[in-house]
Amino acid sequence: MLSIKDLHANVEGKEILKGINLEIKAGEVHAIMGPNGSGKSTLANVLTGNKSYEVTGGGVLFDGKNLLELDTETRARQGMFLAFQYPVEIPGISNATFLKTALNEIRKYKGEAELTPKQFLEKIKEKAKILGLDETLISRYVNVGFSGGEKKRNEIFQMLMLEPKFVLLDETDSGLDIDALRIVSDGVNVYKNGKNAFLVITHYQRLLNYIQPDFVHVLYKGRIIKSGGKELALELEEKGYDWIKTEEVETENA
Amino acid sequence: MTGKEFYIENFNTFQMKLNGQSESFLNEIRKEAMDRLSELEFPTNRNEEWKYTDVSPILKHNFIPAVNTTIPEFTKEEIKKFLFHNFDYHLLVFVNGFFSSELSIISQLPKGVVVGSLKKISKEDPELISRYVNKISKIENAFNALNTAYILDGLVVIVPDGIAVEKPIQVLYLNTSENELVLSLPRNLIIAGKNSQVSVIANYSGFGDKLYFNNITTEIFVDEYAVVDLCKVQSENENSYHIEKVQAQQKKNSLFNHYNVTFGGAIVRNDINSLLDGENTETHYYGLYMANGKQHVDNHTFIDHAKPNCMSNELYKGILDDNSRGVFNGKIIVRQDAQKTNAYQQNKTILLSKSATIDTKPQLEIFADDVKCSHGATVGHLDEISEFYIRSRGVPQELAKSMLIRAFANDVIETIKIEPLKEQINHMIFDHLHRVEIENEK
Ligand SMILES: Nc1ncnc2c1ncn2[C@@H]1O[C@H](COP(=O)(O)OP(=O)(O)OP(=O)(O)O)[C@@H](O)[C@H]1O
Ligand SMILES: [Mg+2]
Repeated sequence: MLSIKDLHANVEGKEILKGINLEIKAGEVHAIMGPNGSGKSTLANVLTGNKSYEVTGGGVLFDGKNLLELDTETRARQGMFLAFQYPVEIPGISNATFLKTALNEIRKYKGEAELTPKQFLEKIKEKAKILGLDETLISRYVNVGFSGGEKKRNEIFQMLMLEPKFVLLDETDSGLDIDALRIVSDGVNVYKNGKNAFLVITHYQRLLNYIQPDFVHVLYKGRIIKSGGKELALELEEKGYDWIKTEEVETENA
Repeated sequence: MTGKEFYIENFNTFQMKLNGQSESFLNEIRKEAMDRLSELEFPTNRNEEWKYTDVSPILKHNFIPAVNTTIPEFTKEEIKKFLFHNFDYHLLVFVNGFFSSELSIISQLPKGVVVGSLKKISKEDPELISRYVNKISKIENAFNALNTAYILDGLVVIVPDGIAVEKPIQVLYLNTSENELVLSLPRNLIIAGKNSQVSVIANYSGFGDKLYFNNITTEIFVDEYAVVDLCKVQSENENSYHIEKVQAQQKKNSLFNHYNVTFGGAIVRNDINSLLDGENTETHYYGLYMANGKQHVDNHTFIDHAKPNCMSNELYKGILDDNSRGVFNGKIIVRQDAQKTNAYQQNKTILLSKSATIDTKPQLEIFADDVKCSHGATVGHLDEISEFYIRSRGVPQELAKSMLIRAFANDVIETIKIEPLKEQINHMIFDHLHRVEIENEK
């Protein structure tokens, strides 16, 4: 579904991604771990077309098509979704208006009819229930005055509403208490099927107990320096990143 | 012969036209104002109050006072598209500042309420009008003097003590130049008696695209415990000039809400002044200015806290595109007597283009010691991170920008109480800024 080849990217003239390679197939869950500042969010921003991030080399195919030549909204309409590490507050626009506009734009793009107000309301009710989301949040301004946990939950709620094909979760687990973590994970697991795929960015193995990854990658200084199965996450939790860094230095020297 | 001399010369034609028929108290007012006009010069940028607004383009033309022109006629059908609709209102229509009884629809009013034309009412009841007119506003510059020298017609609303006028009064001021450059000089008077209530929508609209000049004075008296809402929506044509001075005077425990929404005009200047002349008054100023092209919009507000325990709250927001220019000057005086004053002021502007500019200046003069005052001014652009967030959900860029514009304007739009009016203003925002429309939330 997503094929990343030797991807390089700059932020404000500084190279942050230094050649990322990653293959993600439908039905798979990949996890990316790595120290602060290693470039995880940068990768998420590049994949969703944030203009502050400049791609300087390599390519990305999404369903066989060149992803990088599409603008942000077209990527989203073709099924790319990012649950933001820091969801944005928009005072003056309600969650309902925000979601209705987004959903209808995506439907229009796919040649589907806009939802009637009744259909939209039913959909909201159904998805909110999965996440135990307080329905009053729907009429409030986007993320304004939401607690950290509510913001993260709202990202997953948007995912359930917009039904994307490829989902990037950027530290969706941070700031969640144990119960919220389970609820959010359940939301992801309910949504997961053989046709969609996930790239989960996290610092904690804890999340991966709930959302079981097929592959775990370590991103370090803009490169994936190690990949493995879910046991790699456990190892990282136990030993930190130092041992891989040494390993990498050794291979480089070899 | 330009500017002042031209208006003085025209004054004689006007006087001959009146042929001694006008009320003597109005003639007194005119003469005095004409004397002031002779003394005064029109403001230049050297004048601190006009530092950022250059009126010389206005003075280059000789606008003929509407009284010395033929007032064009309109049909009910023709004015329809200028009206705010889908709610109940009394309608008064002024064309180039002159009342049209054919186009106006004033239904049953509570006993004693006077709503209509200054020209007509000052004939019918000169004693009533002479009691109020030209008592609240003083001549501060040549534009005020010009308006006062030609005082003749305009809106009159007089609500006696204890009466609430339920339906809002929509006043359409339709302005147009046909064969000559026209100067409209409406003179408005809103008097709310003790414990009374009234809401006025001042709808300034332009017909056609020829240049004209609208120079207005509005006097408002809000007696004890009275509530007055004045919602001005200004959509003059894009070549026109629009200058208004509003002077309000509030007595104790009264409430005055002023809404000031600007869309039109090439050069626009509003002076919105309130004298808080009684304890426990409340004053709200809400402003929203949208400008594009080469529009110049200057809002000067002045709240004079003269008595203790009063509250004023001011929120002015602007959206400036292209080469447009905004000016905001918010003056608050808290006089020595005015202890326990609460005064808040905020001005926020977003610039949609690189060449749009705003000059914003708060001006607080506080002479009492036990007061709470705050002010703030921000100038920014549409937030790029927010735009990216919205687009990342599948919303196209133009629509995302519109959402952010709507979001920005929201806290002003939300204060408008008449739901259909709110929706129509919402529509006008996107229309004026040439942006994809976002529906108003219900
Ligand atoms: N918009 C930006 N402007 C300037 N620098 C940026 C920007 N975004 C990222 N960077 C820089 O790029 C580097 C990688 O940042 P990134 O956010 O991708 O790290 P991360 O792996 O997500 O870290 P964390 O675990 O702390 O979220 C950092 O040095 C960061 O300061
Ligand atoms: Mg990050």
